[in-house]
Amino acid sequence: MKDEHHNPRHGLRLAKRSNQAHQRGLSRHNSRRLTTLNSGESAVIQSLSGGVSFRSRLAALGFTPGASVRMLQNLGHGPVLVTIRDTRIALGRGEACKIHVRPE
Amino acid sequence: MAQQEGNMIRVALAGQPNVGKSTVFNLLTGLNQRVGNWPGKTVEQKAGTCSIDSWAFRVVDLPGTYSLSANSPEEVIAREYIIKEKPDVVVAIVNAATLERSLYLVAELLLLPAPVIVGLNMIDVAEQQGLTIEPRVLEAAIGVPVVPMVAARGQGIHDLLARIKKVACDGAEYTPNTPNIRADHADVLARIEELVGDHVPPEYPSTWVALKILEGDQQITDMIHPRLPPEAWSEVYQIIQQHEDTCVAVAGGRYAWIARMVRAAVVKPRIGPITLTDRLDRWATHPVWGLVILVGILALSFALTYAIGSPLQELLDLYLVQNLADLAIRALDTAPTWLKGLLVDGVIGGVGAVLTFFPILVIFFAVLGILEDIGYMARAAYVMDRFMHLMGLHGKSFLPLFLGFGCNVPAVMGTRVIESQRARLLTIIVSPLVPCTARMGVIAFLAPAFFAAPAIVSWALLAMNLAVLVLSGLLLNRFILKGEQIAFIMELPLYHLPNWHTIAITVWQRLLSFLRRAGTVILAVSIVIWTLSTFPGGDPETSYLASLGRLLEPVGTLMGLDWRMMLALISSFVAKENAVATMGVLFGVGESGAGLQAILRNTLSPAAGLAFLVTQMLFVPCVGTVATIKQESDSWGWTLFSVVFLLVVSLAGGVIAYQAAGLLGW
Repeated sequence: MKDEHHNPRHGLRLAKRSNQAHQRGLSRHNSRRLTTLNSGESAVIQSLSGGVSFRSRLAALGFTPGASVRMLQNLGHGPVLVTIRDTRIALGRGEACKIHVRPE
Repeated sequence: MAQQEGNMIRVALAGQPNVGKSTVFNLLTGLNQRVGNWPGKTVEQKAGTCSIDSWAFRVVDLPGTYSLSANSPEEVIAREYIIKEKPDVVVAIVNAATLERSLYLVAELLLLPAPVIVGLNMIDVAEQQGLTIEPRVLEAAIGVPVVPMVAARGQGIHDLLARIKKVACDGAEYTPNTPNIRADHADVLARIEELVGDHVPPEYPSTWVALKILEGDQQITDMIHPRLPPEAWSEVYQIIQQHEDTCVAVAGGRYAWIARMVRAAVVKPRIGPITLTDRLDRWATHPVWGLVILVGILALSFALTYAIGSPLQELLDLYLVQNLADLAIRALDTAPTWLKGLLVDGVIGGVGAVLTFFPILVIFFAVLGILEDIGYMARAAYVMDRFMHLMGLHGKSFLPLFLGFGCNVPAVMGTRVIESQRARLLTIIVSPLVPCTARMGVIAFLAPAFFAAPAIVSWALLAMNLAVLVLSGLLLNRFILKGEQIAFIMELPLYHLPNWHTIAITVWQRLLSFLRRAGTVILAVSIVIWTLSTFPGGDPETSYLASLGRLLEPVGTLMGLDWRMMLALISSFVAKENAVATMGVLFGVGESGAGLQAILRNTLSPAAGLAFLVTQMLFVPCVGTVATIKQESDSWGWTLFSVVFLLVVSLAGGVIAYQAAGLLGW
């Protein structure tokens, strides 16, 4: 949870996702994790990974592909704070890792 | 049509969290509301009535949810209510300042079989943010009535009632513009609807059912599966498998629809002004200052609670409880002794002592109510998130734990905000380790009896409890309540001025649920304990309860406590402050406080005193809390587990404290 690069469970999911991304013809190197945005930076949601109920919760809150998201606070560890569709949302780091964004 | 029960119009109030829905509900129903649970669920149900010019409205407040998928019991309750109960009107409250997001729920509601009215709330806040909204344009776009409101100031409520009345009377003209699914999914949706259409239970709209299946909604899929012929099911199943990503696409489609709806109705400034929320959050969510502010606010709430609450509590005890006891004694002059004892010591003594906590609770709940209402508590949860992760919990669990400082009962009930069952149970089990006002009251009374610096001892005990809480959470998470880390997703609402009406009603309801418990469970257990301490001989020293205390003496010896102290501990199970009253009886001082402190100082060594304080701080919570744990966890097993767990932890703590203090030569 704390280290988004060395969690084996997460790695597995990520592999699955990028597979899907390939199938849908998305270029992988364009997409970054939401957690790579610095405080103050903005980006556009590209895709979500994770289970159906997790993705559907995020999507309902406005994290849908194409929506613009702005990082309000990212300390490099712990939860992040973002604005999406005029709403401030706090996300655990693990959750934010499953949101993939591309530059505006 | 649709006028059932005479002129009673049935209204369901829907809305996302933080849109001012409860303000609207309170405005409509005032004190004519009842709080209970949805049948078979631990989700709060509020319903109330209001009337205007011979029209009566029955308003049911649906749980606040962001959408209507099956992600949480709240969402299932909201949609099932609308589908099965078919209210005459669904009022969907939306927040004008976050219009797009709050219309998401409306996009879902429009597919259900009940006419929708949109309550466009907080237009004042939207204006402050530089937004210009045209309610009429929005109304024309969506095709349902849109009522502009500022519920916090009572604006728009009459207009809303008038529109409800109109829709309920001529419902035939209801033709909203509903969101369509994205073109690339339209065919599969049509195919699913074709396959399931004839097998959907009559109350469900078949398009909606098909859409939910496509979205991957487990509950609806499970409902339909056994009703379908095998070949139809296998095709549906195949479609679901092939469209694994549809839930996001469907949500995207709804947002695209929303964008079309608001395009003409809303003018946004190109660059939003820097708002009060931006400025306050720079401090409140700061990793260092945020914590400092949180600790400051906590300290201030405690200081305020005790500074005002404690003297009031003493007054209540003196004037209400003791006078009541005197009155009862005089009124029962000729009654048998056991009846007098039962009423005076059992009922008035037990329940009365609990009731004297009323002022402290009122103040604490009010302070908390204000913090919640202005939007601060979400910031506290955000700042605490990283610490809660230590226990496998996340920020949201901080809110109920904080409530526990007032009283553990609302803390256990407050765990309802946590979505995951596992995290909720874990929070429930550790929550009694947050010392409530009653526990701290006992400590405040006893610490001066044993120590020269009671304040330092009290703070140290508080710190110990929190340390044990974290440690227990850590171990439970690691070994017993194992499970996946749950998602922390939480909205931080905009700050706003406190709405006193809403706060007052919240405080009132929390007190009412406390009172109800005092009137039932606590009353019953007080009577039982009194009976055990009186029979067979009428002398507490030879009673059944004393035998129980002597049974525990071997454990007591390990921490330097005799049977009387062990009994005091057990009696704190009824209500924490009973510990002091029991000592008073057993050490034979009546209830004159200073006398007891002197006796205790002479009877017990500081090491034994410390052992008692430690055990008392960590002990099984009061019976009211245990009853609430049973109710909220819905499991005798977990309730028993939590009692035994705390019993073991507290006795172990007492023994360790005594032995350690002995080594130090106390």
